[in-house]
Amino acid sequence: MIYNYRRIARDGIWDNNGVFVMMLGLCPAMAMSNSATNGFGMGLATALVMTGANALVSALRHVVSHEVRVPAYITIVAATVTSVDLAMKAYMPALYNVLGLFIPLIVANCVPFARIEAFASKSPILPAAADGLFMGLGFTLALTVLGAFREVLGSGTLFADASLLLGPAFKAIEMRLFPAEAGVLLMILPPGAFIGTGILLVGKRLIDARMNRGIQAGTAHCTVEG
Amino acid sequence: MSRHIAIHGVILGGVCLAFGALMTGVHMVTAEPIALRAIEAKQASLAQVIPAALHDNDPSTDHLTLARADGKAVTVYRATKAGSVTGLAYEVSGSGYAGEIRLMMGVDAEGRLLGVSTLSHKETPGLGDKIEAKKNPWITRFAGLSLGEPPVEKWKVKKDGGQFDQFSGATITPRAVVGAIRGGLEFFADNKSKLLEAR
Repeated sequence: MIYNYRRIARDGIWDNNGVFVMMLGLCPAMAMSNSATNGFGMGLATALVMTGANALVSALRHVVSHEVRVPAYITIVAATVTSVDLAMKAYMPALYNVLGLFIPLIVANCVPFARIEAFASKSPILPAAADGLFMGLGFTLALTVLGAFREVLGSGTLFADASLLLGPAFKAIEMRLFPAEAGVLLMILPPGAFIGTGILLVGKRLIDARMNRGIQAGTAHCTVEG
Repeated sequence: MSRHIAIHGVILGGVCLAFGALMTGVHMVTAEPIALRAIEAKQASLAQVIPAALHDNDPSTDHLTLARADGKAVTVYRATKAGSVTGLAYEVSGSGYAGEIRLMMGVDAEGRLLGVSTLSHKETPGLGDKIEAKKNPWITRFAGLSLGEPPVEKWKVKKDGGQFDQFSGATITPRAVVGAIRGGLEFFADNKSKLLEAR
C-alpha cells in the first residue's frame, strides 16, 4: 500500500480536523483556548505526543495482540505523555507554568486514541508518525484559531505572553488591539469556549461549502447533496 | 484457551515493563533539572518581595518552619545581612471568590511590609485577577504598611469600613487578600522573637 503524504497532511489539518470535524479532544480544546498562545502551546504538546505515540504503536503493532491492544495503547500514550510532561518541567519551565496542569489531560484526549485505533495500529512507522504529526498540527491550528478568536474578543489582545512561551524574539507578535475594559469577558470564560467553537465550526462549514461549489461549477458536474 | 490468555498477559506485561523502564530513564535524566527549576522559581518569587539590597545570603536556603496561631505550619525564608535578619518572606493564603489565593509576602525586621506578590489564584479573569501585579498595580500599594499603619481595625476593604479599595465588580477577592496579609502581619507580631533570632 502506497501512502499519500499530501493526503495525510490534508486530512490531519483540514478535511478530518480533530476538533472541527471529528469533534474529539474538546476537553483540552475548551480548557486551553482562552488565549492564542495557550492554545498554540497545548496544540504543540499534543502534536509531540501524537507523533511519538503513533510511531511507537506502529512499531509494536505486530507484537501487541488484538485482545490486549487497548490497555497496551493506553500504557504507550501515558508513557509518552509522562515523558513530555517531565521534559517540559525540566527544560521549559515558563511553558510548564501555563500548561502544566493540562499536559496529563492529553492522556484523556480522544484524538490520539482515535488515530492509533484507526490508523497507526495498521500502518508502517513513517506514515503513522506523519499522521500523528499532521493530526497534531490540525489540533494546534484549531486551538490557536479558537484561542485567538476568544482572546481578541475577550481581552483585546492577540498572542499575549507569546514571548514567555517561544522566547523573547516573539515579543513583536504580542498585540493589544483595544483596551481590556472593552473586551467581552464572557469569551475568555468557559461559556466562551462553547460559543467560539460553535461559531468557528459554522465558519469552517461555510468555507468547505464554498470550496465544494467552486469544484462543482468548474466541472459542471451534478452531485447529490448528502 | 488458557494458553492464549497467558500469552496476552505476557504481551501486556512486557509492554508495561518496557514503558515502565522508559519512564524510569526519563525520570532519572530530568530529576536534577526539575529540582533546579523549583529552586529558581522559589528564588524568583522571593526576589519579588525582598529587595536584593537587603541581604547578602540566599533566602531560599535559609528557612525555618513555625506553627501559626491556627496550627498550620508556615515556612519562613529569611534574608540576612552581616548575620542579622533584615527581612522575612512567607506564604499566606486567603479564600477568594473561586478557591484559595496564595500570596508571598515580605516584611522587614520591624514588621513593615516590603512587598506582596500573588503566587496563584483562580479568580475571575477581568475582575478578580487584578490582584496580579502585571494586570494592576493594586497589590503594590501594601509596601511600607504595617500592623499599626493603618491601625489594625482599618485593615479591611472600604466596604467593610477599612481603608483599602476594592475593585469595581469584585469585593470578595480584595477582602480575602487584605485579610490574608493582615493575618500574615499578626503572625509576624506573634513570633517576632523567634523569627529574628540569629542562628
